[in-house]
Parts: sequence; structure tokens; C-alpha cells
Amino acid sequence: MERGRLPSDVRGELITKAQEATNPEWGYKPAERPIKEHLAFGIINLDKPAGPTSHEVVAWVKRILELKKAGHGGTLEFC
Amino acid sequence: MTGILPIALERATKVVQSWLPAGKEYICIMRLHKEVDHEKIEAICQEFTGPLYQRPPLRSSVKRRLRIRRVYYTNVLEIFGSDVLIRVGCEAGFYMRKLVHDIGEVLGTGAHMLELRRTRAGPFKEDDTFVTLLEVNDAYHYWKEDGNEQYLRKVIQPVEEGLVHLPKLVIRDSAVDAICHGAKLTAPGVLKLSDDIKPGATVAILTQKGEAVGIAEAVMLSKEILEIDHGVVANTKKVIMPRSMYPEWKSFKK
Repeated sequence: MERGRLPSDVRGELITKAQEATNPEWGYKPAERPIKEHLAFGIINLDKPAGPTSHEVVAWVKRILELKKAGHGGTLEFC
Repeated sequence: MTGILPIALERATKVVQSWLPAGKEYICIMRLHKEVDHEKIEAICQEFTGPLYQRPPLRSSVKRRLRIRRVYYTNVLEIFGSDVLIRVGCEAGFYMRKLVHDIGEVLGTGAHMLELRRTRAGPFKEDDTFVTLLEVNDAYHYWKEDGNEQYLRKVIQPVEEGLVHLPKLVIRDSAVDAICHGAKLTAPGVLKLSDDIKPGATVAILTQKGEAVGIAEAVMLSKEILEIDHGVVANTKKVIMPRSMYPEWKSFKK
């Protein structure tokens, strides 16, 4: 069966207004961040297990990765 | 309830808000309280698409007033006795439990939700980035104990992957630090832009290297941003990049 589309599947094209080079000394390409930075600017597309609440799952992730801060994008409890 | 639960770490938590209004997709088992002809189930389920009135259920996190939420598609995947497997693409804030209840009412048998799994949420899908808690745990220990970061990079995505559903504004190196200090984005700073930006739209501000600088609210159309050479084009709402990753604008010579 053909799967439907969500509005976010329709994406615009990138158009150029002006051109300029970027200095490679500053910042990082997202895939090339040092691993600690990668963690601090990271997201996880997690498969939530049945049982614990979304809140509890986030607390586990925080503990597993030894992080101070983490948040989820919309609970799976009241759906 | 299982399935897609996107999690943002540390500084990436700034982007969570941009995920909330995005569309969702669910797979759910609906248990009818009596067996019904398959064609009738199929037909009634198709009725439940488009804009629907819905009153949030008793167990919900919002005010329980009648509101309109859009259902983009409903597919009946399988029927087994009185159990119906359906896939639904819907607007944020639509309650599946309620949908199942309402379908049951229209069928005249009553129905309740047996199981629910989220299969999409904004930019997130069940693709090769989709991981379990166990995989996250193992990947972290591979890095911690063996110094192997390869698996950790597989289970954790850069924050930019969580912004792909938004229109983009790519800016000059000299505009980056000002945005990091919370300044509004003005026309001269813009190098590239998506062609579907509208006033009030949430947009991602990126560097030329593709790094997320922040999230902003556009104040005009793409066409207008393209034409003007001064003035504010977007108001910065969230800053993702820390200050001083890029030099301040004053150090750039004309």
C-alpha cells in the first residue's frame, strides 16, 4: 500500500542570494565535530521501549551517556 | 506505547521546540467490540481524513476544548477478526486514542486502542538512524572503554539532522557571532535561502559548513529576502551555537 505524505515531506529548493567563501579555521562541518562536541550537539532517533514513560527513557539516556541535559520531542504517553 | 521518541542532548535541546508542531505518523491496533464487514471498516476509516473536530481525551496534557486537527492519511493495513491494524499520518496534537474511539462510535460497535507505535515525527523516521536504548548503551561503552567512537557516531546524529524539516537561511561567517549573541538576522548576512519561506515561519539558520547557528522566525517571504539589501529578515528565537566559535563581525575587513 502506498504510504501517505506529511507536510514536512515537501521541502523548498535552496536559492543563492550572494556568494562568499567560509574560513575552514572556524567551526566544524556537522559530521566532523570532535566526539565530545558531537555528543553536546547530538540527537538520538530512539525507539522507545514499552513500559517506561518517555520521561524515564530520557533520564536513562542521560545516565547512560553521563550528560547533564537531555530532552525529548513530544511524549508517547498521551497519544 | 513504543516507537519514535527523538531525544536531544545538551545544547541540542534548543531544537526540541521545532519538532513539536511537526506532523506525526502512527501504527495502531484498534479492537472493535464486535466483528464488522471489512468493506465497511475500510469505508469508515477513509471518512476520518482531512480536518476533524476532536475533543482531547480525559487523560491529556492540554485544555479539553473542541479543536480541529488534520488527518493527512489513514490506511487500513490488516483486519484479523475484530482487530484492525491502521496507519495514520496526522497533525501534531491529534489523539489516536480518541480517533479509535470515534471510529468505533461510527461503526456502531465501539472500539478501543490495543497498541500504539509512532512511526514518524517531523524529520524522524524508522530509518538507519533509528536505534534502541541498548544500542546507545553499547556504543557509549565501545567509546568509553575501547576508545572506538565509530558506533557512537552511528547512534547519535548531529543536531542539524533534527532541522531538515525547516526552511533554511545560510549566512556569512561574519554574521554568525552576532546571531550567537541573539541578534536579529539582517539581509546582508544572507547567502542562500529556501524558496518557501513565509512570514512567521520557523527557519533554521546555518553556516556555509552546514552547522546550526540557531532557529529564527522569518518576517518576510523568500522573494522579499532575495530582493532587499538591508533590514531584518528573521528574528532569532533559539541560539544553538555557542559564542566565539566564529570571530566577531568587527574583525572582518571590508
